[in-house]
Amino acid sequence: MTRRMKWIQLGVLAALIVLLPLLFPSGYYYRVGALIFVNALSVVGLVILIGYAGQISLGHAGFAGIGAYACALAPEHLGLHPGLAVLLGAGISGVMALLIGRPILRLKGYYLAVATLGFGILVSMVLTNERALTGGPDGMVVADPGLRDLLRDLGLRLSGGELWYGVSGLVLLVGAWIALNLLDSPTGRAMRALHGSEVAAATVGIDVAAQKLRAFVISAVYASVAGSLLALQNQYVTPDVAGFLHSVEMVTMAVLGGVGSVLGATLGAAILTLLPQVLTVFAEYEQLVLGAVMIGVMIFLPQGLLPSIARRLRGTSE
Amino acid sequence: MRSRTTTALATLAALATLTGAAQAEIRLGASVSATGPAAFLGDPEAKTIEMMVEQINASGGINGEEIALTLYDDGGDPNKARTFATRLVEDDEVVAIIGGSTTGTTMSILSVAEAEGIPFISLAGAISIIDPVREYVFKTPHTDRMACEKIFADMAAQDITRIGMISGTDGFGASMQAQCKEVAGAQGIEILADETYGPQDADMTPQLTRIRNTEGVQAVLNPGFGQGPAIVTRNVAQLGFEIPLYQSHGVASDAFIELAGAEAAEGVRLPGTALLIADLLAEDDPQYQVVTDYTAAYREAYGTATSTFGGYAHDAVALIVDAVTRAGSTDPDDIRDALETTEGLVGTTGTYTFSAEDHLGLDLSAFRMLEIRDGGWSAVD
Repeated sequence: MTRRMKWIQLGVLAALIVLLPLLFPSGYYYRVGALIFVNALSVVGLVILIGYAGQISLGHAGFAGIGAYACALAPEHLGLHPGLAVLLGAGISGVMALLIGRPILRLKGYYLAVATLGFGILVSMVLTNERALTGGPDGMVVADPGLRDLLRDLGLRLSGGELWYGVSGLVLLVGAWIALNLLDSPTGRAMRALHGSEVAAATVGIDVAAQKLRAFVISAVYASVAGSLLALQNQYVTPDVAGFLHSVEMVTMAVLGGVGSVLGATLGAAILTLLPQVLTVFAEYEQLVLGAVMIGVMIFLPQGLLPSIARRLRGTSE
Repeated sequence: MRSRTTTALATLAALATLTGAAQAEIRLGASVSATGPAAFLGDPEAKTIEMMVEQINASGGINGEEIALTLYDDGGDPNKARTFATRLVEDDEVVAIIGGSTTGTTMSILSVAEAEGIPFISLAGAISIIDPVREYVFKTPHTDRMACEKIFADMAAQDITRIGMISGTDGFGASMQAQCKEVAGAQGIEILADETYGPQDADMTPQLTRIRNTEGVQAVLNPGFGQGPAIVTRNVAQLGFEIPLYQSHGVASDAFIELAGAEAAEGVRLPGTALLIADLLAEDDPQYQVVTDYTAAYREAYGTATSTFGGYAHDAVALIVDAVTRAGSTDPDDIRDALETTEGLVGTTGTYTFSAEDHLGLDLSAFRMLEIRDGGWSAVD
């Protein structure tokens, strides 16, 4: 991908984030938009892990849970500002990924999937059972970071929905920018090389284990920040954020949109976040539609929605 | 001068009629967990709300205005519940919200309702929902703490003072376990053994054996809902316990007796609402009319028996209908004020009297101590 392509992708994303609110008929759409951006952020992290480095993870909600609970716990117990708690959560997630990544990433295929799944379930179990600390399955309140009041003092009056739409959109842009930069960096090339063939990558001098670990840690930090943003805008967290279903949802979004493409990941997140909102009338059939969409995409667009459509439009085959 | 005043008054009256006509419907919002892990709560709740709104509209609505219901299924996911709450307030522009089948979803809806100033009646149990009192938040179910107090009072009446507890680690069980431990001391109950089990566990024999081997235990209490308490009940029977077993209001439904088996469940006591013993209520019981009307209507509409949880939703709708009728307005703030002055409204769960300090409005008398006899419910007191 050329440099130009990178800026085009970022430009499209930025334009969408800025222009879409012009079409919003009510404040509720800001909430949905913010949710899409938060989901897209964690999915962009998975693009780096799954799309670039070719490793699977079914436990990333665990990192989202760490990020979310960092925002809930750190202000209460350490007196930390919620904004700093986001960084603390990201730090803990990164270190955690580093520690467990080394043994786990030696595994391949199903074994790697099961090991990461185990990690995710462990985090969710701790959050559910350490009632004294986390409030158990009922969850706990997250302190307001005071961002709205700060902006109001600066003369900018925003509703909660508008504020978090802006913040999540901005963080997503930064996340996408980093991911796109990474793609053509030496690190990104090394990751993609080991995706193609680990043996070939090793013979040209790539430290396979280190690159896998790097991708795992980066994606864990993405998931953690996304979890933090979710907790801050919901002002409430429950262990569901770290649940197995959330992990699966993330991977599904990545696969649906196109696992190697940052814009595709955003599209996948947008579709799967919007679907339950559009299908409220058919709530019982939501899973059915979702399954049908996934099967259709897997059969007809195996690269994911966006890359497959882009290729068809260009009329080329790689 | 006089004619001008008359004209002004007439104009005002005309305006009032106009604005009245502009909002010829009362927009009611609901977000319950009709599917997902909390479906056993949300399903009867959703059905009850839909049924009641239909009934009210068929009989001419409130103050001549029909109710327009918007009901969402949050699947028990707090994140979705918050999105739907935002949607109800911002997009559907409802004047009141019912919902939050679980404590997690309630807490997510609650902050939206508080921020936007929309009255919200929760259907979840935790005491933290109404303590501290929040301006726009009310709830219909008893708190876990009240269930503990009712059970301990019944124990004390039988000279039981030392008990063993076995609790589920799900939201309901864990919350009630904590509340029971808090109030036990004040009621002279000593908890000698405190065991837990996971919501998916298939056998609680080891924990129960430990309780049985604890010296001096006079009764067993099992806070929890779902299949766990049924397994505990069966295990208790298998182990041949000779001390009484108390369950919580979380299993107050016929499905529990079916799951545990009538033989194992014989003699189990639990606090429940009048709804469970609708057939046994005396005709002069204050709740007789409400309870029999509701259970009959639900059976006719859906062909199945309702549950305590459906009753919570019934009372929430009844409270809002009552408040809107008294307020004579569909302004959220007027409805809130009217809700807070609700007095002596008889529901299926109990009789509600709200005040500025009490947004639950029930007392212990709303609970009835029930015992399972011959595969059915009977009232102890």
